[in-house]
Amino acid sequence: MNQPQAASIKDLPDFAAIRADFPILEQQVHGCPLAYLDSAASAQRPRQVIDAIADYYRHDHANVHRGVHTLSQRATEAYEGARESVRRFINAASSKEIIFTRGTTEAINLVAQAFARTTLKPGDEILITWMEHHSNIVPWQMVCEQTGAVLRVAPINDRGELELDAWKKLLGKKTRVAAFGHISNALGTINPVHELCAEARRRGIATVIDGAQALPHIDVDVRSIDCDFYAFSGHKMYGPTGIGVLYGREEMLQDMPPWQGGGEMILAVDFEKTVYNELPHKFEAGTPNIAGAIGLGAAVAYLENIGMEQIAAHGYELMRLASEALLAVPGLRLIGTAEHKTALVSFVVDGVHPHDLGTIADHHGVAIRTGHHCAMPVMQRFGLPATARASFGIYNTEAEIDQLVAAVRDAKEVLG
Amino acid sequence: MDIRQLYQDVIVDHNRSPRNFRRPETIDRVAEGYNPLCGDKLHIYLSVVDGKIADLSFEGNGCAISIASASMMTEALLGKDESEAEALFKDVHRMLTESDFAADPAKLGKLAALAGVRDYPMRVKCASLCWHTWLAALTSTGAEAATARTE
Repeated sequence: MNQPQAASIKDLPDFAAIRADFPILEQQVHGCPLAYLDSAASAQRPRQVIDAIADYYRHDHANVHRGVHTLSQRATEAYEGARESVRRFINAASSKEIIFTRGTTEAINLVAQAFARTTLKPGDEILITWMEHHSNIVPWQMVCEQTGAVLRVAPINDRGELELDAWKKLLGKKTRVAAFGHISNALGTINPVHELCAEARRRGIATVIDGAQALPHIDVDVRSIDCDFYAFSGHKMYGPTGIGVLYGREEMLQDMPPWQGGGEMILAVDFEKTVYNELPHKFEAGTPNIAGAIGLGAAVAYLENIGMEQIAAHGYELMRLASEALLAVPGLRLIGTAEHKTALVSFVVDGVHPHDLGTIADHHGVAIRTGHHCAMPVMQRFGLPATARASFGIYNTEAEIDQLVAAVRDAKEVLG
Repeated sequence: MDIRQLYQDVIVDHNRSPRNFRRPETIDRVAEGYNPLCGDKLHIYLSVVDGKIADLSFEGNGCAISIASASMMTEALLGKDESEAEALFKDVHRMLTESDFAADPAKLGKLAALAGVRDYPMRVKCASLCWHTWLAALTSTGAEAATARTE
């Protein structure tokens, strides 16, 4: 599994130079330097991504796969080039397996509607886990309503880890789909996706992984994981919003009907019969988010240039340092203490509601997320209405962790 | 701006020791308020006798702003008749949302401490949830919980 290894931040590449690539971070909030600790909600973009999008609009924009003119050809090459970058980044076998979507949510909905809805029968089962983001719960609930399938939920333990034995027991004769996150957005837990996929594969069960939180932090190799579907978003990995990817194994995608109809996804249309386009275009009806894909391609290049191993070590180290520093604050409790965890800390403080903490932290220039993190079942599991969450990106520093801890101490002071 | 403008002493005090934080033995009217965005949830219990608010209490959990606001609301509304109470709600609502509304300290009393909330648009609902819930309780017909959500 891709457990990042501890490494001293000092041994890592020049993360100060990396930080300088992010113009948005050069600002003050409430008179303090901005400490952006909300990358799990949405990361910031380096100038390389911003420039790639601007350059595309300045010089190369036209519709893709349509015209024979120069700009259309350039736009098509850039768009398909981004697809190839993504393929290489996650080690998919073919760029036919890379479908551009609006994001993780749309990618999961695509699998739910084009695969699960068309194949599941009443009484079939879909297995998810207790730690899922709403986007890996609700699409399956909708499919259950539509098909008569049944949703099963595997429990997590007090550390916020999936209970593996219980999960395996829930994989039954009727299970058709097993969907799970790679890294939990609310807890930081890294799931043993290789093992889960191997178990499901043995039983002929399709696997769907929500990888939104994994792509920015660890090396993801879909062939090594051996999943059927893997979904992720551009904006969590330093790319644009409104673009994401569904990876699907080619033989699965071939058998699936299109999800939406329109231009781009057809080869020939007459009123008797329409011939659908080849993969991946079969699933990309309409003019796609061309600039978004190009921006995502630039983000992939940016991450590759730094190296995912280094990035993983940095995210892990910031999580470790933040956990240590926060636990020194009296009355503070970490929520999610999995053995395999990275890049974020979720916590609560006695006597300080997370929302008050969020407002007071903002006054220290510290941006953190407070609330249920679109994972209400996780909150119920821990008996909490909300937590505060600090999440880290490649631009964050040890000094920002100090700034966070000072803000937490001040919140206790103000509300004490 | 100083964070103490938002978290004034009176707010901190009402958060730490909320007044009228209880569920009455017999429930006359009740409403549940819920802010799905942040998970704040509270119950407001109301008893009206001869057109006057004879008892008002609450239970729930939420941030300091929402707890303090509910606590101060129960104190402010107790003994008022319905039209006085509704007029006060209007003033509080204006104070929370209109930047040029000058709160009359004589009318608003302690509630004026919540004026700082209007500089934090994401937090206005924290302060107003209890008032919407109270209104839902007032217009409810019995002991079956009416519900209010932040607008």
